[in-house]
Amino acid sequence: MTDDRKPMIECRGVHKHYGDYHALRGIDLTIRAGEFFSLLGPSGCGKTTLLRTIAGFEDISEGAILIDEKRMDEVPANKRPTNMVFQSYAIFPHLTVAQNVAFGLRRDPRGKAEKSALVDETLALVGLRGFGNRAAHALSGGQRQRVALARALILKPKVLLLDEPLSALDRKMREQMQVELIKLQRQVGITFVLVTHDQEEALVMSDRIAVMFEGEIAQLDGPEALYARPANRRVADFIGVMNFLPARIVAEQGGGATVEVPGLGMVDLPARQISRANPDDGGPTIGFRPETMTLLGAGATHSQPRETNATIDEVVYYGDMTYYDLRLDGAAAMDGKARPVRISMRNVFGRDVQEVGTRTRLAWSPGSLVLFR
Amino acid sequence: MAKGGLDAQARQGYALIAPPFLYAALVLAAPLLTILAYSFLTDGYLEVVREFTWANYVQVWTDPIVRTVMLRSLMVSALVTLVTVALAFPVAYYVSFLVRPQKKATWLFLITIPFWTSYLIRVFLWKVILGYNGVVNSSLTGLGIIDEPLTFILYNVNSIVITLAHAYAPFAILPIFVALEKIDRSLLEAGRDLGESRAMTFWRVTLPLAMPGVLAAVLIVFIPTIGDYVTPELIGGGKIPMIANLIQVQMLALDNRPLGSALAVTTMAIVAVVSIVFLLINRRFLKVRS
Repeated sequence: MTDDRKPMIECRGVHKHYGDYHALRGIDLTIRAGEFFSLLGPSGCGKTTLLRTIAGFEDISEGAILIDEKRMDEVPANKRPTNMVFQSYAIFPHLTVAQNVAFGLRRDPRGKAEKSALVDETLALVGLRGFGNRAAHALSGGQRQRVALARALILKPKVLLLDEPLSALDRKMREQMQVELIKLQRQVGITFVLVTHDQEEALVMSDRIAVMFEGEIAQLDGPEALYARPANRRVADFIGVMNFLPARIVAEQGGGATVEVPGLGMVDLPARQISRANPDDGGPTIGFRPETMTLLGAGATHSQPRETNATIDEVVYYGDMTYYDLRLDGAAAMDGKARPVRISMRNVFGRDVQEVGTRTRLAWSPGSLVLFR
Repeated sequence: MAKGGLDAQARQGYALIAPPFLYAALVLAAPLLTILAYSFLTDGYLEVVREFTWANYVQVWTDPIVRTVMLRSLMVSALVTLVTVALAFPVAYYVSFLVRPQKKATWLFLITIPFWTSYLIRVFLWKVILGYNGVVNSSLTGLGIIDEPLTFILYNVNSIVITLAHAYAPFAILPIFVALEKIDRSLLEAGRDLGESRAMTFWRVTLPLAMPGVLAAVLIVFIPTIGDYVTPELIGGGKIPMIANLIQVQMLALDNRPLGSALAVTTMAIVAVVSIVFLLINRRFLKVRS
C-alpha cells in the first residue's frame, strides 16, 4: 500500500436519492492513482450506483465527486476522463470489432493510418490480434469482454470503470480473465475501479476493497486485512466463510478482554482481535475462519496451543478440500443451542477423510479468533 | 436432405402448413394468375377474346396518361412514405425512450385507436376537416388569421398526402417502435461513455440500429399507398387520379379487362422492384448483426 500516490477519485459525502429510496448514504472515499480498487457488496448495496455516479450516468443528490482533483458533479459522462466496461459489454452490434474499438477516436486529430495502427495495437494488448474485421456478433463472451476493454483503454482514460465484467463468464474463463486483468492493469498503469458481488474476485484482484451494505461503506481495507480482521460481523459473514459462536465477556483489561466461549473455553484476546463497530445487535460473538483450526486424526500431534473435542456432523468433499461440520463438546452450555462449526482441511497425501459420526479432536489457537461486540 | 426423400419431421411440417397454404393459393395466387393471364388477352367490345397479345403492355408503357398517373402515384406514395416515417419516428422514439415502461402499452393502444373506425370514415372526416368550409378553414378565418379559405388543402396532392400519412401512421410507428425497443440501453450509455454527445450517439448508435424498423415502415407504407383507391377518389375529388383509379376505370367503367390487368401487373412489377431495392438496403443493415 503506497499511500503517497496522489488521489485520483474523491467522493465527499455523496448521497443519492431515487424518490424515497436512499441509494447512497454519505460515501466518503479516496481512490489513488494507479490503484486496482473494488467496490464489493451484495446486490442492491449501491456499488453499481456509486460507479455510475463516477462515470456520470447518474447525478448525485448531495456531496461532491472529484476526478484528478477536478469537480465532476456537473460534467456530463462524455466529458469525463473515465471509460467503462459494461456488465453486458455493450458491444455495438452494427459495427465490426475494429470499428467498435475505434468508436471513441472520431474526434482524435490523428490520421487514419495512425488510428488503425493504434486499434491493432490495442487489440493485440487484449489478446485479439487479427480480430479487427470480425463482426461483433460472432464473438464469444470472453472475446466481447476483451473488445469492451480495448474500446475503453484505447482512449487512455484516467480511470477505467468495470461493472461486474466477469459475471457473465464461466468459471474457468473468469479465473483466467482475473489474472489477465491484473496484468493488464499493471501494464497500462490506469486506475481500475471494479464493481463485484463476488468476494473471491475482489480478494484476488484488488489492492484495496470497499465493502458496501445499504448505501454505506462498511469497511475499506486491503484484501488481507479485510479477510483476517473484518470490521464487523456483517463484513465477516460476507467475505469468505466465518464461524460464529456466542461468547460471554468475563473481564476486560486495557483494550483486551477475557471471554468464555461454550465449546472452546476461556480465551484471552488482545485489543487487535476485538471488533467494536457492530451496529447489528446480537450480543458478543466469537468468529473464526474454517481453515484456522485443524482436525486431528487418532493419535496425531500438533503445535497449536489449544485442543477441543468434537463430533463430526457432516462431511463435504471438494476434491482438494474437505469441509467438516462439527459439534463441539459443551457448545450448547450457554443457551442450549448447539451451533455446528465448519472446518476446512486440505486433502494432502496420507490424510484420510474422516467419517460422519466420528469422535475427533480439534486443534486451534486463540490468535485466530475475532471478538465482535 | 441428401437422401432425396422426406423425413418424418419434414412431412409433419408440410402437413401443418398445408391448410393455410391451400387457402393462400386459392385467394392469393389464383386471382393473381388470372390477372396475369387476362393481361395477355385481346379486348373485344364487352368481352375478352382469347387471343395472345402484347398490345396491352405496349399501350401501358407508351400511353402518356398512364405514364403521368403512374409517376404521380409513385410521387404521392414516396411523399406519403417520407412524411409518415418522418413523423412516426419521433413518436416511436418518444414512446420507446421517454415513456415509462408501465405506460407503454397504453400509448400503443392509443396509437391504434384510429383503426377503430373504418378507413372510409376516416377519409371522409379528413374531407370535413380540410374542406372549403371545413374545420381548418373556418377556425382560421374565425381567428382572423386568413381572409379567404385555403384552397391548397383540398382536392389536390397535398390533401391526399395528409390523409394517407394519417391513415398509415400506426403502420409506421409500430415497426420503428419495435426496432427501438430492441436496442440495448447500455449501448447508448457506451456511446456517451466513449465521448459522444447525445446527438452524436443518436446518429452513430440509435439510428443505425433502428434502420431495419425504419425500412420496414417504409415498405409497409409505400406498398399499400401506391395502390390506394379511396383517398384519391374522395379527397382528390376524382380530379387527380392515381394508378388504382385508372385500373378501376379500365376494369369497370370501360370494361377493358385485359388493359386493366396489364396496368395492374405493371404496377405490381414496379412496386416489386422498389421493394427489392429496399430489402437489399435492409440486408446491408442487418448483415453485421443477427
